[in-house]
Amino acid sequence: MEVPILKQGAVLIATFQAALSDADLNHLRSALVQQVVRFRSRGVIVDVTAMDVMDSFASRTLREIAHMIRLRGAETVIVGIQPEVAFAMVQLGLTLEGVATALDLEEGLAYLNQKFKTMK
Amino acid sequence: MARVEILVTISSDQDIVVARQKGRSLALELGFSSGDATLIATAISELARNIVSYAGSGQIALKDVQGSTRVGITVAASDNGPGIPNVSQALRDGFSTSGSLGLGLPGVRRLMDEFEIVSKPGQGTNVVVKKWRP
Repeated sequence: MEVPILKQGAVLIATFQAALSDADLNHLRSALVQQVVRFRSRGVIVDVTAMDVMDSFASRTLREIAHMIRLRGAETVIVGIQPEVAFAMVQLGLTLEGVATALDLEEGLAYLNQKFKTMK
Repeated sequence: MARVEILVTISSDQDIVVARQKGRSLALELGFSSGDATLIATAISELARNIVSYAGSGQIALKDVQGSTRVGITVAASDNGPGIPNVSQALRDGFSTSGSLGLGLPGVRRLMDEFEIVSKPGQGTNVVVKKWRP
């Protein structure tokens, strides 16, 4: 299942569907990094609202995406981690350290816009 | 006696998704809250991933447990892979031999109520975990 990536101005938005396999996540990682380069994006929002399980692999892939995109000079924010998923992640010891998170798409956009202002 | 037994053959990353989806629906059928079902599905995901990464293939068995006073779910992950030479080391946070985060087993132990592991080099690994409905 491929993750759709939308372009909105300087921001790319990737919306996760439920039930992503490892291969889907790997595919998303390379697709996002390629598109950040192609569109000279300054920000990326990964919306995980629909994800019902965030295990160690998914969490590691999200960190890798955020770090790769930061090296490219853009910012990533993960939005929509469900409370139950957050609880399971903490039990599992997955903290997504060093990765920005926000409540939802709207807050994520607000976070990025704030970042863009200070980057100028 | 278990009333339900669901076997999922694990040999690819797609099977990990299937196993955790089946685990979640069984947990919900048994009356677990959706929060607990998420914990169970996450544990299944980690156990199935260990099978794919370390053994290549194996299976996950999902069963209900009918205790005299309580109901629970059992997840048994088994493979005929290389086994774990040092189980106590594998149960420590941060230990990994496959370049992953190394949080799999200790994390699974925290997500569930009971945890048993039997593993011998060359003879595969069996992990059985249980969660009781509160």
